[in-house]
Amino acid sequence: MRRTGVVLLVGLAVVAAGTLVASLRVNPYFYFAAYVILQYIVIATAWNILGGYAGYVNFGTPAFFALGAYTAVFLIQSTRAPLPVLILAGGLVSALLGLGIGYLTLRLRGVFFSIATLALSIVLQTVIINWEFVGGSRGLSVLRPSGPPFGNYVTFLFTVMVLLAVVSVTVARFIERSWIGRGLAALRDNEEAAECMGVPTLRLKLFATTVSGFLLGVAGAPFPYYVTFVDPNSAFSLDYAVNALAMPMIGGTTSWVGPIIGAVLLGTAQQLATVTISSEMNLFIVGVVLVAFVVLAPEGILGLVRRVRGR
Amino acid sequence: MPALLEVEGLTKRFGGFTAVNRLTLHVKPGERFGLIGPNGSGKTTLINCVSGTLPADGGRILFEGHEITNLPAHRRTRLGIVRSFQIPKPFTSMTVLENLDIPLEYAAHRRSSEADADAMDILRAIGLEAKAHLRPAGLTQIEMRKLELARAMAARPKLLISDEAMAGLSSAEVDDILTILFRLSERGITIIMIEHIMRAVMRFSERIVVLDAGERIAEGTPEEIVRNPDVERAYLGE
Repeated sequence: MRRTGVVLLVGLAVVAAGTLVASLRVNPYFYFAAYVILQYIVIATAWNILGGYAGYVNFGTPAFFALGAYTAVFLIQSTRAPLPVLILAGGLVSALLGLGIGYLTLRLRGVFFSIATLALSIVLQTVIINWEFVGGSRGLSVLRPSGPPFGNYVTFLFTVMVLLAVVSVTVARFIERSWIGRGLAALRDNEEAAECMGVPTLRLKLFATTVSGFLLGVAGAPFPYYVTFVDPNSAFSLDYAVNALAMPMIGGTTSWVGPIIGAVLLGTAQQLATVTISSEMNLFIVGVVLVAFVVLAPEGILGLVRRVRGR
Repeated sequence: MPALLEVEGLTKRFGGFTAVNRLTLHVKPGERFGLIGPNGSGKTTLINCVSGTLPADGGRILFEGHEITNLPAHRRTRLGIVRSFQIPKPFTSMTVLENLDIPLEYAAHRRSSEADADAMDILRAIGLEAKAHLRPAGLTQIEMRKLELARAMAARPKLLISDEAMAGLSSAEVDDILTILFRLSERGITIIMIEHIMRAVMRFSERIVVLDAGERIAEGTPEEIVRNPDVERAYLGE
């Protein structure tokens, strides 16, 4: 119980620090870039709940992210709902999709599951391309609401993302340390043995896919207000699929810290490269770093640290 | 005495191949039950249907008088039907001790704070306490089999199904595992032993059922089975 209190305090401190940083009004580009890194903390953490804890590799991150974003677009177009509603709705719709792919795990394991999630992303993108109300293939301009609490809307979104990142990481940490996390680890190691040792594998997998889907949708919901122009190519970008997988792998998939480390390192490197070299360097950097890690440090940075400590 | 496990007319097909054909067998509480038969006779398929990892195509399975035919495997484990695997399937990312924590927490409903102490007791009883904090990758073959049994024990079974726990072990190691199984039996746990090592099954079992091509061809005490001409034919041919 005391530990839970400490975690909550740390979370609140991070949110407070985020708000403080937001009120400093440094170079606006800082908030713009930091938002992306924070968004990747949410995405990597969410992906890791399914991919890292349960061992089901999801290549369909763009589907969940874009579903969150397009749920928001739909609500903005039809009701101009406030941001908290957009975030919650985006999360819930993506959670439903997550529940759906959870049932896929009944029949599809390993690489076949991954292929199915990749296909899901393509199918969903095709649907959106053909749906005029949310902009179809041309995309749609979104007007930000006037009068955000912190003068500048991007600064405000930055604060929101700090909060969402804290919530995601807290959820992931809770899952990891609870009986749910231990059950997920058992089914990741051997699903048949886990089931035979009393672990309700289907229920745990459905839980993991739903929570992971929810958080990915949550990460996508503020996206329309952040970019102010949403089109299928940007919302379903391959960047999300690759980064969602690469960041936890680089940081370490067995702990909640791993995705944060990966998202901060890789996210920062990408932002720097975008400014200093070219925006096309993004995926190239991820590719090279990912290959290096898979070959040299398959357990990520956390694995390296453990090895150095001699465990 | 009513049977602990009743298998009634169980059938399992894989496409056009019938692996288990309308099989009926009863296991009494506290019994040491041997299940033998040549390779491909349906022993492991039968066990998979009983433990719930394969759905049955026909027939019923009852445990303590309750129908369990359609229960998922983890529910059967919680009721007390626990199996070990022919090829050990440890949780590789966990230590030996943590491997036992999973069934203790999920099947035996121990709180995680108490699980470690219970797990240590089981490891001590089975002779693995020195390896408690190692990963399974660091274990020898016999230790791996012991882990398999220890983990099954942690689920607090009423019925333990030991699927070829001794295959590939040396003679002394076979005796080692037999001693463990005898000790469990003395504590009142019903045991179904599937084994190819005849010396072990004959010594251990009170009653033996012989399967061939998915059907029961003989049943009796070890002495009766040894003298049964059908059994000889099933194993050696005409």
